[in-house]
Amino acid sequence: MRLGLVIDLDTCVGCHGCATACKQWNTSGTIGPLSDTAPYGKDPDGAWLNRIRTFEVEEQPVSKTVHFPMSCLHCEKADCVTVCPTGASYKRDEDGIVLVDQDKCMGCNLCAWACPYGARELDPVQGVMKKCTLCVDRIYDENLPEAERKPACVLTCPTSSRLFGDFDDPNSEVSQAVRARDGQDLMPELGYAPTNQYLPPRQPVEVSVHAVEEEQPFTVKGWINKMIAR
Amino acid sequence: MHPAFSVLLFTVTSGFGYGFMIILVMAQLFGGNPFAAPQAYWLSFAVALLLMTVGLLASTFHLANPKNAWRAFSRFRTSWLSREGVLALLYYPLALIYIFVLWRNSWQTSPVVLLTGVLCIVIAGLLLLCTAMIYASLKTIPQWHTRLVPAGFLIFAVLSGLLLFNLALTSAGQAVAKGWLWGTVALSVLAAVFKWYYFAFVGKPSRSNINTATSFTEARVRLLDTGHSAPNFLQKEFIYEVGPKTKTLARRLVLLMAFAMPALLLFAQMNLAGGGLPLALLAVVSAYLGLLLERWLFFVEARHVIRHYYGA
Ligand code: SF4
Ligand code: SF4
Ligand code: SF4
Repeated sequence: MRLGLVIDLDTCVGCHGCATACKQWNTSGTIGPLSDTAPYGKDPDGAWLNRIRTFEVEEQPVSKTVHFPMSCLHCEKADCVTVCPTGASYKRDEDGIVLVDQDKCMGCNLCAWACPYGARELDPVQGVMKKCTLCVDRIYDENLPEAERKPACVLTCPTSSRLFGDFDDPNSEVSQAVRARDGQDLMPELGYAPTNQYLPPRQPVEVSVHAVEEEQPFTVKGWINKMIAR
Repeated sequence: MHPAFSVLLFTVTSGFGYGFMIILVMAQLFGGNPFAAPQAYWLSFAVALLLMTVGLLASTFHLANPKNAWRAFSRFRTSWLSREGVLALLYYPLALIYIFVLWRNSWQTSPVVLLTGVLCIVIAGLLLLCTAMIYASLKTIPQWHTRLVPAGFLIFAVLSGLLLFNLALTSAGQAVAKGWLWGTVALSVLAAVFKWYYFAFVGKPSRSNINTATSFTEARVRLLDTGHSAPNFLQKEFIYEVGPKTKTLARRLVLLMAFAMPALLLFAQMNLAGGGLPLALLAVVSAYLGLLLERWLFFVEARHVIRHYYGA
């Protein structure tokens, strides 16, 4: 199995719901807490496992605002694991999830240095490394109804921009989405072979205003309006 | 990259220690005690070990959770940081056996002395390599992901060792052979040229950019919003900017203090009848400060690819 996420950059509205749900679940989950410093102060800071940045693609008037959520991409060639001196960082054979054993980490930051995607953040209070667990403490929990055995971010997303599944299964929802929408690797040149895939924004459908006007049936009101507009 | 002072201190100080060790043991193996008095050798040896130890201790100051530091010895098969820890730990018994047998045999080069001595040199070299590879193995930092980094660490450490050796001999009241001095001057020049080349290399554009980062490779992309109001861990750790003027000044100071000054001072020392101690001392101090600045710049000029998600 190769579990991961597909993120649809076409439909994400940048609501930060996924990041908030992630923080809520994981701060009380197996790797919790996710500490904050000065959460209500002037310069709030803290460990987040998911961050949403917003980009403008292309230029006015044809530009598009793209919200870009990023968490650990659970890379196939995860250098963050290779560099870890303590063995705290590891990648599971059975499903490819990359995890940090909180009891072994010495807080050297080297794994965060080795991650191109900014997926690892040091907990400012505990001094150990935090990262996305793909909600490993949810997705296998048989006490939850089957429909809820998904990462918190996926469940919460109001626009269904996040899909979760097994990339090794060609018929899974994620594999199909990647095929249909041409899913992309981020920074493929670094060779980390990330599992998570990003679906590019769809091409906007061209709506010809003139054609719409032509289709309007003739009415006196419409004709007068047109005349006045001239 | 944010330059953590403890890491600068660690790499420069341990570099002086390893370099001094390499030169000392080499001199002893090839030509017997380089000092007139045996005590001077023991003392120098102790100083080299001390510098290594101070460096290693400084490196633990930047750990956020040092109580797990002992676990760092476990992943030597994959992690350069772990390899460095294991070799550093092995170094102490090795160095003690070498020095003990040398003392017991009253300076006769027995097979044990030869073996442990050669190992002292080789492992000090390997330790330098490990330190450098911690940086050079990171694909995320193009300015570090190059063979120039281990080469630089080796050159700078050997140079530091030679300068310390010169200081040790001079402070023992001995004249330093012209050959050693010329060798050190030559290495300073080489190191300066090398650093110059590295400064040029650092300017090379990286293969990653905001386009490969976002996968929109054929569009203009710019950051609109980071998603948070105050700087986060990623920005504090990875994005450290200084102005181009400061950078140029720092580069010049590095070349001047770390390489040019020591070379000039040693040159002056050569042409002096005696009393070269202040010059030798000044050469070490200047090189130490120069290399600290060099290490600072090494971090400041390292541009982690995460910056592309922050608009760079
Ligand atoms: S995204 Fe970063 S932390 Fe996650 S597996 Fe890849 S390199 Fe490691
Ligand atoms: S911070 Fe922790 S998990 Fe990361 S490399 Fe260091 S010991 Fe390993
Ligand atoms: S919850 Fe969904 S829509 Fe909101 S930011 Fe996350 S991915 Fe985008």
